[in-house]
Amino acid sequence: MSVVTLTINGQDVSARDDATVLQAAREAGIHIPVLCYLEGLSAVGACRLCLVEVAGVNRLLPACTTRVQEGMEVHTDTPRLQTYRRHIIELLFAERNHVCAVCVANGNCELQSLAIEVGMDHVRYDYVFPSLGMDLTHERFGLDHNRCILCTRCVRACDEIEGAHTLDVLGRGAKARIVTDLNMPWGESPTCTSCGKCAMACPTGAIFKQGSTVAEMVHHPEKLAFLKTARERREWRV
Amino acid sequence: MNGEELLHVMAQEQERARRFRHHLHVCTGTACQALNSESIAQALEVAAKAQGKQGEVSVKCVGCPGLCSLGPLVEVHSFVNGDHERSLYQFVRPEDASEIISHLDGEPVERLVTPLDQPFFTRQLKIVLENCGEIDPERIEDYIARGGYQALMKVLTEMTPSEVIDEITRSGLRGRGGAGFPTGLKWATVAKADPRRYPTYVPPGIQSQKFVICNGDEGDPGAFMDRSVMEGDPHRVLEGMIIAGYAVGANQGYIYVRAEYPLAVKRLRTAIRQAQRAGLLGNNIAGTAFSFNIDIRLGAGAFVCGEETALIASIEGGRGLPRPRPPYPAEYGLWGCPTLINNVETLANIAPIINKGASWFASIGTAKSKGTKVFALTGQVKNTGLIEVPMGITLREIVFDIGGGIPNGHKFKAVQTGGPSGGCIPEQYLDTPVDYESLTALGSIMGSGGLIVMDDSTDMVEVARFFMDFCMEESCGKCIPCRAGTAQIHHILTKFQTGRATERDLKLLEELCDVVKHASLCGLGQSAPNPVLSTLRYFRHEYEAKLRRDGAGYGYANGAAKERVTHS
Amino acid sequence: MEKIKLATVWLGGCSGCHMSFLDLDEWLFDLAAAVEVVYSPIADLKHFPERVDVTLIEGAVANEEHLELVHTIRARSRLVVSFGDCAVTGNVTAMRNVIGNSAEAVLDRAYRELPTHNPRIPDEAGIVPPLLERVLPVHAVIPVDVFLPGCPPPAPRIRAVLQALIEGKTPEMIGREMLKFG
Ligand SMILES: Cc1cc2nc3c(=O)[nH]c(=O)nc-3n(C[C@H](O)[C@H](O)[C@H](O)COP(=O)(O)O)c2cc1C
Ligand code: SF4
Ligand code: SF4
Ligand code: SF4
Ligand code: FES
Repeated sequence: MSVVTLTINGQDVSARDDATVLQAAREAGIHIPVLCYLEGLSAVGACRLCLVEVAGVNRLLPACTTRVQEGMEVHTDTPRLQTYRRHIIELLFAERNHVCAVCVANGNCELQSLAIEVGMDHVRYDYVFPSLGMDLTHERFGLDHNRCILCTRCVRACDEIEGAHTLDVLGRGAKARIVTDLNMPWGESPTCTSCGKCAMACPTGAIFKQGSTVAEMVHHPEKLAFLKTARERREWRV
Repeated sequence: MNGEELLHVMAQEQERARRFRHHLHVCTGTACQALNSESIAQALEVAAKAQGKQGEVSVKCVGCPGLCSLGPLVEVHSFVNGDHERSLYQFVRPEDASEIISHLDGEPVERLVTPLDQPFFTRQLKIVLENCGEIDPERIEDYIARGGYQALMKVLTEMTPSEVIDEITRSGLRGRGGAGFPTGLKWATVAKADPRRYPTYVPPGIQSQKFVICNGDEGDPGAFMDRSVMEGDPHRVLEGMIIAGYAVGANQGYIYVRAEYPLAVKRLRTAIRQAQRAGLLGNNIAGTAFSFNIDIRLGAGAFVCGEETALIASIEGGRGLPRPRPPYPAEYGLWGCPTLINNVETLANIAPIINKGASWFASIGTAKSKGTKVFALTGQVKNTGLIEVPMGITLREIVFDIGGGIPNGHKFKAVQTGGPSGGCIPEQYLDTPVDYESLTALGSIMGSGGLIVMDDSTDMVEVARFFMDFCMEESCGKCIPCRAGTAQIHHILTKFQTGRATERDLKLLEELCDVVKHASLCGLGQSAPNPVLSTLRYFRHEYEAKLRRDGAGYGYANGAAKERVTHS
Repeated sequence: MEKIKLATVWLGGCSGCHMSFLDLDEWLFDLAAAVEVVYSPIADLKHFPERVDVTLIEGAVANEEHLELVHTIRARSRLVVSFGDCAVTGNVTAMRNVIGNSAEAVLDRAYRELPTHNPRIPDEAGIVPPLLERVLPVHAVIPVDVFLPGCPPPAPRIRAVLQALIEGKTPEMIGREMLKFG
């Protein structure tokens, strides 16, 4: 293991050579917006919000999956990146039915916060208004496809942390949906352990504890990273 | 089989061929087969027998010779008094068989013949397709008779892996799968890659630390270059893969073919079996220490599964989703191992390069694009079909000489290269030489070889919408710019086509294309806006002519909101 | 100095944004000193006047009356403010859009499918303005100058926007206090 130095937004930063740009930036207190990334889960580079510019590379690179390199010159907040991020957030709001006023996650939603961060005062795209359902068959949790942004954090939490792999994605493109097992009602799933890690991981109001009010809908995504580290370091004695 | 035995088979086959005075080649590629060409072959044999000529006539089912629009095709090679005479019959039906046979020693059948000296044939240069239409793809001996597996022998007995890589590098060959990445450089990277750098998860029973994958997914609508090679000359692909395996140090290869290509799959399977039986594939190839196996993997036909990382995920048994690169498959590929992934056409170029030398190959084409390229020529052009042309040929030559120009008195408007993610090139750039850099500079791409000609009746906004529809449907949905962006681009284009688009939509369209192009995860999203961007660049007036200019210049003037505002 | 002519309009919304406006309490006196309210649901005026300086539009565009009115508003106002989530996004008003792309489907659902007693679509002409096929945010119909989100926008946010407009400045819509939806 060795240490490399790079600059992020002109600031000198050092990091382990197996760190990602995102980890290096966080260590240095530099904020990069993320949505599909969640500490403790594998990084998939899907939402594209964390894209950064790297000098000498003609493509934009996702900070969450790109490893640091010696002498790398990274910019995380150029006007171009700001423009792209706002478009990405607008695309998400137009894609499904986000009615924050009547959403359980109102005030506790990463998408909503990102909209504020990127300065989205309105959505320039025509809203799609798809007809999507909810799955309320599970006794403890609910899945509202209207609020889902397909970040797959729930899928990875279920697979990588709980080991159940109850959740997955069905279909492609705009028709993609989160499904339980072989597309059966969640309440009938033989694999779901009702652990609730998906609800912890979900950045929006798509997966929620049934019956929780807006005030109770506080997410604890950091618990997943805690679980993972604790398990890896064997901090529990059984 | 070793080198000597190979030469023996070759001589035997050539001797066998000399016994016949007339060789009839019936195309049994997918297109002609659909027109029942196999029964033509049968009818020809029956007719030969009936006329007592079975001793001098050989009827052979071959791969596609290219001119699909005139199929079913039958080509006749006659060797009379030392002369080799050729004639080509078009639109042949089984009923024509006895007439064809009875004319063999005289003048060809006038009403069926199509000239062989037309530019469609004379302007082509065949390297990749040189055996297609000549050999019976289901007989390894036929391939060997035309020098097949000689390159493999040469490589295994006379060259070190690094010499092979040098040869390929010096030839200047670039990937034919779309991006045009230098093949030699890719091979060298895989050869150098340390299989222990990343954690691997190879399933038990597979004995290899590196892998070679042949990308035969060919998802571009209307493209059938790779299919024709796999159907018409499958051993060529195998030979390329085995050589690649030797060069990069892999012992296992996979051919990824879409399941919609049943004939290609069948012929590849037959070829693999034959090569194994001949000792040219499997353990200790040709008695050397080198072992290499090839298996076939079927794809379910998603366009995105042609993208290399998605393809690898699919072979591993996962969902066909791309992942960010780097690390590239050359270092971190199938089951975490260094993996060489090349297109069918790229691999079909390997044997000729080894046989004839890098400098021969490098002498064809332009400074940075060497060799030939196979195109599927379609659209509003007289001759459609499969063509192989030297790099550097102009688009005008392809459209007007080989393609025979625009039919029905129409004028040329644009040519689209690169499949659904390519761009439309207008008249004023027709003299551009076809190579990777020139096409990119024009806002298009070489792509894998789709070439669609459009005449002056074409609505360019509709063209853009058509291709966007494809990309939207094929987007895997993993990343937001592509999943939601292509749907919004398509929606805005639909507004243009239904008279609902405004200045604001035009501006948003341009901004969005920029986002999708630069923020998407994989090549599908990154190139999806090309048809829109290139039509905006060359045919902007067509977009502007469709803008709604009433009211405040905004979407829904009085009454207009009553129209359906759907995302159709 | 001539007073700023302010109009407020109530389209397809619940009037919550206007309630929040009234929550400005004693600041309303300061506001009254600076502006003249020329049109508002809380003042009984029949016609939208000419030459308005600032118009706050609450609610989404949901029927033909709204549609006609926003065009009039745009033609007669110097600055148009989308006031609240329904105006900015369609919000709850637009939730009917997922039922289908037609007004009939919505009426069917509301008057025929759901009622248990005497299901019937009211059909007397001229009473209720015909619904649009889809509910639209205001900026989908006319250009909008300022977006003031919130369901409803909190009073301090409304005040910050009006204050800036009175001072002839562009309101700075940045940060959670000014921008949060819902
Ligand atoms: C959406 C997408 C589809 C692709 N489809 C194909 C394909 O059908 N066949 C192919 O050879 N390459 C395809 N490619 C390119 C491959 O990712 C890869 O670059 C190629 O197989 C490498 O081979 P080459 O170096 O020989 O060109 C595709 C790429 C993208 C982004
Ligand atoms: S999920 Fe978030 S952004 Fe979507 S409606 Fe709920 S609070 Fe709003
Ligand atoms: S349900 Fe939540 S965590 Fe799962 S994909 Fe949708 S938004 Fe992401
Ligand atoms: S660009 Fe499109 S196809 Fe590629 S990963 Fe993103 S959504 Fe999937
Ligand atoms: S956080 Fe990196 S791509 Fe989503």
